[in-house]
Amino acid sequence: MAPPPAEKVRTMFELLGIPPQALFGQLLLGLINGSFYALLSLGLAVIFGLLNIINFAHGAQYMMGAFVAWMLLNYIGIGYWWALILSPLIVGATGVIIERLMISRLYKLDHLYGLLLTFGLALIIQGLFRDQYGISGLPYQIPSQLAGGQNLGFMFLPNYRGWVVVASLVICLSTWYVIERTRLGAYLRAATENPTLVGAFGVNVPRMITLTYGFGVALAALAGVLAAPIYSVNPNMGADLIIVVFAVVVIGGMGSIMGAIITGFGLGLVEGLTRVFYPEASSVVIFVIMAIVLLVKPAGLFGREA
Amino acid sequence: MELREDVPAGSTAAIPHDDQGAGRLHMALFAVLLVLFAIAPMFFYPVFLMKVLCFALFAAAFNLLLGYGGLLSFGHAAFFGSASYISAYTAKVWGVTPEVSVILGAITAMILGVIVGSLAIRRTGIYMTMITLALAQMVYFVALQAPFTGGEDGIQSVPRRALFGVLAISPDRTFYYFVLIVVFAAVLLIYRIVHSPFGQVLKAIRENEARAISLGYRVQRYKLAVFVMSATLAGVAGATKALVFQLASLTDVYWTMSGEVVLMTLLGGMGTVFGPLVGAGLVVTLQNYFASFGAWVTIIQGVIFVIGVLLFREGIVGIIAKWIRRPL
Amino acid sequence: MNIKLALALSATAMLMGGTAMATDVKIGVLNDMSGVYADISGMGSVVAAQMAVEDFGAAEKGINVEIVSADHQNKPDVGSTITRQWYDQEGVDMIVDVPTSSVALAVSEITREKNKIHMNTGAGTTELTGPQCSPNTIHWLYDTYALAYGTGSAMVAEGGQTWFFITADYAFGHSLEQEASNVVTKAGGEVLGSVRHPFPGQDFSSFLLQAQSSGADVIGLANAGGDTINAVKQASEFGITQGGQDLAALLIFITDIHALGLQTAQGLVLTEPFYWNLNDGTREFAQRFGERHGGAMPTADHAGVYSAVTHYLKAVEATGGKETEALLGSMREIPADDPLLGPGEIQANGRKIHDMYLFRVKAPDASEGPWDYYETVATIPAAEAFKPVAESGCPLVN
Repeated sequence: MAPPPAEKVRTMFELLGIPPQALFGQLLLGLINGSFYALLSLGLAVIFGLLNIINFAHGAQYMMGAFVAWMLLNYIGIGYWWALILSPLIVGATGVIIERLMISRLYKLDHLYGLLLTFGLALIIQGLFRDQYGISGLPYQIPSQLAGGQNLGFMFLPNYRGWVVVASLVICLSTWYVIERTRLGAYLRAATENPTLVGAFGVNVPRMITLTYGFGVALAALAGVLAAPIYSVNPNMGADLIIVVFAVVVIGGMGSIMGAIITGFGLGLVEGLTRVFYPEASSVVIFVIMAIVLLVKPAGLFGREA
Repeated sequence: MELREDVPAGSTAAIPHDDQGAGRLHMALFAVLLVLFAIAPMFFYPVFLMKVLCFALFAAAFNLLLGYGGLLSFGHAAFFGSASYISAYTAKVWGVTPEVSVILGAITAMILGVIVGSLAIRRTGIYMTMITLALAQMVYFVALQAPFTGGEDGIQSVPRRALFGVLAISPDRTFYYFVLIVVFAAVLLIYRIVHSPFGQVLKAIRENEARAISLGYRVQRYKLAVFVMSATLAGVAGATKALVFQLASLTDVYWTMSGEVVLMTLLGGMGTVFGPLVGAGLVVTLQNYFASFGAWVTIIQGVIFVIGVLLFREGIVGIIAKWIRRPL
Repeated sequence: MNIKLALALSATAMLMGGTAMATDVKIGVLNDMSGVYADISGMGSVVAAQMAVEDFGAAEKGINVEIVSADHQNKPDVGSTITRQWYDQEGVDMIVDVPTSSVALAVSEITREKNKIHMNTGAGTTELTGPQCSPNTIHWLYDTYALAYGTGSAMVAEGGQTWFFITADYAFGHSLEQEASNVVTKAGGEVLGSVRHPFPGQDFSSFLLQAQSSGADVIGLANAGGDTINAVKQASEFGITQGGQDLAALLIFITDIHALGLQTAQGLVLTEPFYWNLNDGTREFAQRFGERHGGAMPTADHAGVYSAVTHYLKAVEATGGKETEALLGSMREIPADDPLLGPGEIQANGRKIHDMYLFRVKAPDASEGPWDYYETVATIPAAEAFKPVAESGCPLVN
């Protein structure tokens, strides 16, 4: 790539001087970030749908996903591709245990207790990992099959980033399909509306709830494994992200699975655009959108009025 | 969205109402506390005691919203922290006296409370909680980047000027009594609010919002009012804290601070008069004396959260209240 | 452990018997044991301080040293409470380490108020020896100016003429960028532009892309900690260094390189005051340190704590007491020299100067073992490496 003259570079970043190529590049990058938002907010939405609990430990479980991938590699030599399957299973299993031992005791209480419990769990999980592995983070390489990248003309797209978008889309859409279009999903949705009635039809509702929590946690862990090669793997990696994801969830509303997915990707795009036009605001843009949505449509873009 | 169990076990429901007797008991306890705190500097380190007092007020203000209003805010650090910044800035740069900087800090928190509150109460329950958290995070970003906050250095070496411009109160032991008076006045004010007709309506809304609406109460206004009061008083705590430590920093606006105040209230007993004070005392002591345990402070706090939610939701004071069958 | 050490030391002192007058000093190691700087400072600093006391032979010289430590959690209010308590109630004479500039400034202020001594090795802010300097504070190890100067001037000298900065959008990042820009322009280079990223940042790809398309020779990272790690990781993903651009991190430590792994970090250029594999003296220390600290190699901060405590004890020995003014004067008189940081001196604003080094991170196949990460590119002489006293803005000067 020939370095463009300095003058051109300066004007390029000015508001009106952005060439379409740079714009496409940034939009694509926004989409990649959106993939993480979508995966995480999808997990939160699935858990909330059935358990009526906001899982504050979601960020910590995302972190666990990345750490378990690292442990698999460094302690028993299992690489990225198996970690992609094993890590969500392992972290999901811890989720099942947490649900059985603790969360299941709270269903009769106010939902806020679930939030407080999972907040405490997040503190414990993050503290334990910090005590064990320190704070600086651990190295995790991009799998060799996905190293390198493609020159798309308007930007250099690392293969791994392309993979993240594809993987996230496939997982999100199949989750949507299972919940909205299959018999299992129908049970799930019915149990959300009326657990007693579904139980009367012979469905083991408590077990379904447990597995749903495990699944939501596994989604977070999967996002963690996807993130491990590109973001710093450290005990706090999910702590701040989760607050942004909460805002994403408020904007989308918890009404529909598709809503969570579309909002996740959409806000990634918006954030990407902000990085081009006004980078200083890119950390707050999602919160500003949240405030506006609340003023105009309090239930969220895809939410149903409670 | 009420914050209580289906089987009423909360302190307010299970305990026979005997307002006058309870009132006398509370006043007696307040008097004992005041005397204890007045002589405490002879036995304990005054800066530590002032920290306990500031957080006790912060937790009491938070409890006004959660325990009596039934609204869980996860963004109270925004009010505490912004008041702390304004108090430090006005004391250092404008050179105003302590009582003025506390008032200015409280006003800032109040304005912020109106903005955050009116957005947050548009949703109920968990949504409201998440909104407060997200908006507080925005305040954090502003504090990080605004030129007057000093970024991650914070505002340092804030002077303690003479009270009303005449009374020199700068040494720790003297300043302690200024803090004691401010905190006690504010805590008594909270007590007054809770036991006023306004407080009764709040309880009615918490127990059954639909019923309160059908009785003709403008529920949203009550919710906003209690939100703003809670924010303002949290601001008083933050502004005072800035003068105690002579600094304001990002710690005060970060979301972990919001989590800490929830922990204090939950541990002491939400919806009780003395719970937040006990909770704040315990958590501050924990942080102070276990400081060398590193990451374990966080882990212990998490464990307290989990045990508190699973096993004793009434909190320490709530349990004692049930035990002696008197509201505390 | 601390109590045990103190007992052991006083026991030795008693055995030695006969020493005319024993001085009791209490040194407080105040740092981050659980947060972002726990690996850079943390318990390792306590180990380093203990080693300094033992190597100095304090007990034999009639000095009873007790070392206490605490975690300030990177919160200035926690740090200032501990500091006040240490000075007021526990009789601590000197506080060492203290990473995180907000806590360091608070500790420095209280130290001045209580007329004790603070030797800072952990924090980078130039305020400590600038507008907020204090006669009681010695800034021992490094500051952001020294890091920016080392990296900036050496890179330009090596042919990195044009620069683009990726800057954390808060006061620290801004000042780091400002300092580095000044150095680059002064050395004859040119700054093409900069972009500010939110702090803390997770995704740097779009900023890296802007930096890449600027065509600058060097991309300067004016951020720290997790932000720098993320940026370097993603720069390697986008093939920035392979594309011929150099990546220069203005504030990065060996523990960060350890976290990144050589595969990702190779080629990165950085400035540090110390590297364990620099010479025989540092290697000997590193080996003893590793044996006592779970095999980890000492960071620059650990070396700084060792060096600062050693110098402090020299002054205690020289003055035969622990009177603050005498110690401060003596520390300025005695030439600073130890195997870790080499010769140096303390300037009027409290800035201690010594040589700094420009390193380049090795490629994985060039590394000979764990923690073998750097090759030395240049040595920056003490006289040049730090901000001239006259420009520091410290009111104590003149």
